[in-house]
Amino acid sequence: MNKIKNFIANKKNHGFLIPIIAILLGFLVGSLIMLFTGLNPKDLFISLIRAITGINVNNIGTGKETFNARYIGEYFVYVMPLILTGLSVAFAFRTGLFNIGAEGQVMLGAFMATYVALTVNLPKPILLPAVIISGALAGALWGFIPGILKAKFNVSEVVVTIMLNYVGLYTTNYFIRSLPGSTSTRTVDLPAASLLKSDLLAGLTNNSRLHYGFIVVILAVLAFWFIIEKTTFGYELKSVGYNPFASRYAGMKVERNAALSMAIAGAFSGLAGAILVSGTFGYGRVLGSFENYGFDGIAVALIGGSTAFGSVLGGLLFGALKAAQPIMQINRIPRDIAIIIIASIVIFIAMRNGIKMALEKVKVKEVEK
Amino acid sequence: METIYSMLVLTLIFSTPIVITSLGGLFSERSGIVNIALEGLMMFGGFGAATALVFLHGSVPFAPWLALIVGMAFAALISVIHAYLSINLNADQIISGTAINLLATGVTIYLAQIIFGQQRTQTFSGSFRKTTYPVLSDIPVIGDIFFTNIYPTVYLAFILVLAAWYILYKTPFGLRLRATGEHPHAVDSMGVSVKKMRYIGVIVSGALAGLGGGILVLTQDTQYTVMSISGTGFIALAALVFGRWKPAGLLGAGLFFGFSRIFSIYSNSFSFLQKLPNEFFFALPYLLTIVALVIFSRQSVGPKAAGKAYDKGER
Repeated sequence: MNKIKNFIANKKNHGFLIPIIAILLGFLVGSLIMLFTGLNPKDLFISLIRAITGINVNNIGTGKETFNARYIGEYFVYVMPLILTGLSVAFAFRTGLFNIGAEGQVMLGAFMATYVALTVNLPKPILLPAVIISGALAGALWGFIPGILKAKFNVSEVVVTIMLNYVGLYTTNYFIRSLPGSTSTRTVDLPAASLLKSDLLAGLTNNSRLHYGFIVVILAVLAFWFIIEKTTFGYELKSVGYNPFASRYAGMKVERNAALSMAIAGAFSGLAGAILVSGTFGYGRVLGSFENYGFDGIAVALIGGSTAFGSVLGGLLFGALKAAQPIMQINRIPRDIAIIIIASIVIFIAMRNGIKMALEKVKVKEVEK
Repeated sequence: METIYSMLVLTLIFSTPIVITSLGGLFSERSGIVNIALEGLMMFGGFGAATALVFLHGSVPFAPWLALIVGMAFAALISVIHAYLSINLNADQIISGTAINLLATGVTIYLAQIIFGQQRTQTFSGSFRKTTYPVLSDIPVIGDIFFTNIYPTVYLAFILVLAAWYILYKTPFGLRLRATGEHPHAVDSMGVSVKKMRYIGVIVSGALAGLGGGILVLTQDTQYTVMSISGTGFIALAALVFGRWKPAGLLGAGLFFGFSRIFSIYSNSFSFLQKLPNEFFFALPYLLTIVALVIFSRQSVGPKAAGKAYDKGER
């Protein structure tokens, strides 16, 4: 027992203990809300298991189909953009900046990928990378705007990114509608040479929409890790995040770094937009409102402690909650419980200080004995 | 001329929730707590008011007004979470606000599903009616704009702006609240509780955002859906910045943003505007806010201590 107490009280472990506690408390709140509203939390977890593994626990022993690989494929379709927006928010966090604009950056990335795929005529080995990279560049541009405004005019990146989300929503919708052949809701199908779609992956997962976007995601995770951990630029970014005054004193270009950091953050979100278009959907979409990839990215980054690996874990968790939503509806539980759980986890992460104090109390009691 | 008058009336109706919600933001930010949860709080208010009206209609007098109070109370209650996180636990106010916005989409639709068995509230009836006031509507110009085919809630926006101005600038409480957002240490040294002032600021912002959301849903909708508020809370946040954190400024900004929305609806009736897409007018308030921020950046207009946790020991 004392070993456990020591483990909990050890400040070194708080870094990963706090997110885990927040996740557990988030699920606890979700379960309690379900109980209070007359629903069985068991159904929530059954839906989650089915979303991740494709195994339908309810059908075990009934002779009905118990496993469907399609769910696994769709799970990763949900996870991929979440990891990328998570990386985006996390990257800005590292420099002490708050990127609430991932949502808009995703849209700009999606639009530019659509535009290049539909208007540029290149052979596949060049077109596909061009589509993906143009998405990243458009996202980077959308991130650079708040970055440069922060650097030059010291304008709050929080307010600017919120505003740019809406500007992005309306302008990309307008331009997507103006592309030749577009209807009021979507563009024509993109040429096959610009797609990440894969018959092999779809075949392996019972015709899911799983696509090669995961390669882009893996490269992005590695790029995040490399920039932050292995380059001088990354070191400067972290240093600015910890203490902008000391960094300035040490001769670092704090303003330039802020602008660049937001642009790189935007590039990650732009990639998310590009793989949504070229992998998941295969056409450009006119959006009625936000799809919340950006806001979920904030949650993913917070859970992941703003690290590359953490964002992957956060993406896997929130992807599971998102992928479970349609299954929840089949099980007759409101799908919105998933959002409540995500929001609760974020609230508990925000309570970091409170949880820390509670963890430190564990030690105090022990000393008293 | 008819078109212009009806546009102006609609502008007033459209601006009401924006102005009232941004007043909420004003109280919170003046006390030093940034509140980007206005959008979510409007959703709670809109859902609460719509639900209350479904149940109250026909059984009590003044049902829509009571429904608004329910919406206000619901949002005020939720805003306590934001207050507790930012004031007691020194949480990052942006994270906490984001969490409440997320919570709003989840909770309101979940509750709608539990109470009404669908992804939205039941359609309510007996809501506010557009009224033309006799005598007053005969006043030239003013009568056509302010007293013809209009909701009574519009007047509430003007009353609240005046009240906010009076409270913030003419009462000792207002002075303390503003000081808490500028120099919390000075307020603390005078023996006024920074925590208490900030709690009041945040809860008032919750109540006003809830009222704004309630009015929006009861005057512009027939039921609450997840799309009911769709960004109005963020427009209110924009109005707060554009109005330079002052009651009269918020009123002006709110009216302007409302007008730009109405303009987009009417833009087809003006030949010189037909070339501009609707989306241009939708994006305009957000673009202008960014421009305003850049222009204001050289002057310090916003509350200085807003967004920073209060640390007694800090100098």
